Amino acid sequence: MIINGKEGSFETGITIKELLMKLELNEKIVVIEINHKIVPKKQYSSFVLNEGDKVEIVSFMAGG
Amino acid sequence: MDCLTIGGVVLKSRLLIGTGKFSSNKTMTEAIKAADAQVVTMALRRVDLNGREENILQHIPENCILLPNTSGARNAEEAIRIARLARAMGCGNWVKIEVISDNKYLLPDNYETIKATEALVKEGFIVLPYMSPDLMVAKILAEVGAVAVMPLGAPIGSNRGIKTKELIQILIEEINVPIIVDAGIGKPSEAAEAMEMGAEAVLVNTAIATAQDSIKMAQAFSLAVKAGRLAYLAKVGLEKKLAEASSPLTGFLYEGEEK
Repeated sequence: MIINGKEGSFETGITIKELLMKLELNEKIVVIEINHKIVPKKQYSSFVLNEGDKVEIVSFMAGG
Repeated sequence: MDCLTIGGVVLKSRLLIGTGKFSSNKTMTEAIKAADAQVVTMALRRVDLNGREENILQHIPENCILLPNTSGARNAEEAIRIARLARAMGCGNWVKIEVISDNKYLLPDNYETIKATEALVKEGFIVLPYMSPDLMVAKILAEVGAVAVMPLGAPIGSNRGIKTKELIQILIEEINVPIIVDAGIGKPSEAAEAMEMGAEAVLVNTAIATAQDSIKMAQAFSLAVKAGRLAYLAKVGLEKKLAEASSPLTGFLYEGEEK
């Protein structure tokens, strides 16, 4: 799967929650898009990722 | 009570502040407080999976209204995507539309901005579009539901002041939603100038963030915005070409003297 534009090696079948834990990211401060669709935060424990998925993990940063 | 209401919220401050370019998160937090700002902008970006980036949200005072921008968007479609991602964060539905494909002057694309504004208003966002001052574009933005229109004074980060003064003046006179001057304001006096003209608010980032003392500068801007607004409400006197004495023209000590 591709995460933030880079090839990532995570096992197929991992949930978003598990992925965020592996990446040490706080799920409260990120928004996830899988294959161009935003996944609601309440689905993080149940949403399963597959090989070939395009994952975007975004957050608020400083800006004008 | 002279207050600015945007998206149903009565704002306590007419100084909006950006969070970019500060020397540290701590300075940014203190500057927001010193500015007495209520609306704070930020960007949305991919998380750095290798870095230990701190979350900006924990550094923004609690009672602030978040105004995420769609910076990075080169067209309406990208702006809409960023806005939806920002809203999914769960911190509100305000969005500043910023659609730029000019990398030299960072001038916004007014036409893509109109498209994005129309679409996002329909999706229930509170939309504040950043635009290049143009009366027809501003009219359309207001018509499609923008809650305010944000014309630039000068290019982003240029600190050049209100170079587009006359065009902004026209917008203030003709557009029936608040005009918020955003970009290019470099000094507190320029913020006061915008407010004296009748702008409802200003958005300042670079001038505060890159000042030697950001906290003092934030305070200065806060005072300037208040002063400018008061002056606007007090209605400044007319400009004249010739002088008109301020002191009495009679009772001079030399009256009756031989020349």
